[in-house]
Amino acid sequence: MASANAIEQRGPVRFWDRLNIGTKRVIWAWAFLALPIIFYAGIRFYPTFQAFWLSLTNWDLLRPAQFIGFANYQKMFADPIFWKVFQNTFLYLIIGTPVSLVISFVIAYYLDRVRIMHSFIRALYFLPFLTTAAAMGWVWRWFYQPVPIGVINGFLSSVGIAQQPFLRSVDQALFSILIPAIWAGLGFQIIIFMAGLRAIPGTFYEAARIDGLGDWAILRKITIPLLKPTTVFLVVFSSIGFLRIFDQVYNMTTNDPGGPLNATKPLVLMIYQTAFSSYQMGYAAAQTVVLFTILLIVSLLQLYVLREKK
Amino acid sequence: MRKAYVAGLAAGISFIAMGAAQAVEIEYWQYVFDSRVQAMDQLIEKFEAANPDITVKQTTFPYADYQTRVVAAKVAGQGPDVVQLFYGWTDQFVNGGLIQPLDPAVFPHAEIEADFFPIVSAMKRGEDYYGLPTAVRSLALFYNKAIFAEAGVEPPTNLEEFLAAAEATTKRDGAGNITSAGITLDMAGQDHHWWREVLIRQNGGVPYDAEGNVAYNDAAGAAALKFYTDLQTEKNVGLVGFMDEGQAAFRAGLAAMTIDGTFRLGAFAANPFEWGVVELPADANGMRSNYSSYFANGIGATSSGEELVAAQKFLQYISSPEAMEIWLNTVGELPARRDVALTEANLSDPIRGPFLKGLEYAHTTQFYDEAAQRQTSIDMVNRVLLEGQSIEDSVAQAAAAEQAIIDQGRQ
Repeated sequence: MASANAIEQRGPVRFWDRLNIGTKRVIWAWAFLALPIIFYAGIRFYPTFQAFWLSLTNWDLLRPAQFIGFANYQKMFADPIFWKVFQNTFLYLIIGTPVSLVISFVIAYYLDRVRIMHSFIRALYFLPFLTTAAAMGWVWRWFYQPVPIGVINGFLSSVGIAQQPFLRSVDQALFSILIPAIWAGLGFQIIIFMAGLRAIPGTFYEAARIDGLGDWAILRKITIPLLKPTTVFLVVFSSIGFLRIFDQVYNMTTNDPGGPLNATKPLVLMIYQTAFSSYQMGYAAAQTVVLFTILLIVSLLQLYVLREKK
Repeated sequence: MRKAYVAGLAAGISFIAMGAAQAVEIEYWQYVFDSRVQAMDQLIEKFEAANPDITVKQTTFPYADYQTRVVAAKVAGQGPDVVQLFYGWTDQFVNGGLIQPLDPAVFPHAEIEADFFPIVSAMKRGEDYYGLPTAVRSLALFYNKAIFAEAGVEPPTNLEEFLAAAEATTKRDGAGNITSAGITLDMAGQDHHWWREVLIRQNGGVPYDAEGNVAYNDAAGAAALKFYTDLQTEKNVGLVGFMDEGQAAFRAGLAAMTIDGTFRLGAFAANPFEWGVVELPADANGMRSNYSSYFANGIGATSSGEELVAAQKFLQYISSPEAMEIWLNTVGELPARRDVALTEANLSDPIRGPFLKGLEYAHTTQFYDEAAQRQTSIDMVNRVLLEGQSIEDSVAQAAAAEQAIIDQGRQ
């Protein structure tokens, strides 16, 4: 009996000893990796799947959740406000991403050639990215005010142009919010583009010059193709940013969040209001699932379109 | 010797333990608003002095989070013993099981109905009262004395004088843009109450019928909306969004008049100009109306046993005449008991007087989801001003949207 026990106790030791050094390393690596994986599974993935389940219930925080099938989705797709919000969200994406990328590329392209006060100028461009979105939202909100306090309207009036409603217009409000949102993200995109530009070997340019290529041809044949990994990263990153836009909208329209008449309301703000002002958690979860699906499709689509062709 | 010492020690310990068992701690929750928190600190101090066996812990949350916190605490099973709530949230709080009915043995209905202003009935569901207010609020017309003196007009008493005063006090630049408004237009502020409970009634309608269903989708509702939107479109004496918010425009001295509530008195006290208050303008027949609202204090659903007894004592104290007096002097809100409010001194006070008179003929809207119902009014005005929708269509659409919220709330 005693000897049997001893063998059993030694078993695991022998098992461990039998492993070669490579396997042991793998096991150790997984042991360390397990911590973030468990953390992610518990904090990220589990709630995500929980949200899928919640979207099929009528949970309102107060009463226990009841399964109601796809009623939330039916209600959502029949709601004209949802489609308005859906359209707004895509407007933020479709206008915001290309415009911000083109502007930041142009700035990065020329800033790369500037030698005088290069770091200082780069810091100036980066500054808005460090600013709190809420503070920026409020400053721009006051810029857009009518006279006598609105800076922009004050300028328009002084040169004899009629004052514009900006945030108080169903047509202009979304663009009025997009401008500071694009501006805020520029600094980050410029820095990434410049890092990408610096990573292109100088020998390529030298060879192109010897072959007699002009600036435009170099840009088209060398710079832009070789910047592709950078561009893919920025397109995906900025698309997700615009699809999730919230801070700017909420802070610039707090009196009538997402207004006027839902003209500026993005999906995330609608989710926030459904969940935390109407407490319709199930309905909000259904909207979240839609947002998740959109983010997934847009990201996969972009990765597919911009993939390496080998 | 040693035995006696041990016995003494044991007795001391048991005495401390007994003291701990007797002291009850209850939690009071309200949202953060400086003067309200200070007033409550004073009340708690006086209450604890009178009831040494009870301690009250005040917990506050930012207004924007307040309801969410109360709901989340209920889900976690750790709600407050006494909780402040807007009367318009009563349905949500009762349906959600966040508060319990007041025991009629401790809070006799006959006394409540005799002593408090009749608007306290908004806290009644079925046969039960679910809370009592310390203070009530009403609306009045604030006016900037300097701008009025400059324009040579007197504070208006009826809508006709109101329009004339607004026209006389509006300043415009060469392009016709308003540089100083006659009246602030801010549906997100108090204007939706003015429209709902005052203007509709003055145009011969009622906002809701006896069952609480929307009843303003008629000529009266349309006339009331037209009066309101005309202030911007026809008369050009105000502009929605001017200076961002109505109260900001008035505080900056760039609006001659604004409609606001008692709770604004503290913020306006620091205004660098003289201002006055008059009752909301009457209609051509002298008919007046007002909107009154209040935050009530209710007892949390989870409170029981000796904590419940302590909570009842505390609620009795903060609804007492003494507490109302303190609240009036610290926060500026009007006492909810008639005899405390309607004193000679208060009625003749140039600031408190108009608000108190307003209380006499005030209505209290039965809200189901205050924020969502307010949003329907904001959108109604925006559709007319920004999208050019006809007045009648906009009122009809608002009525349908608000009725849907009411129906949802009743489920």
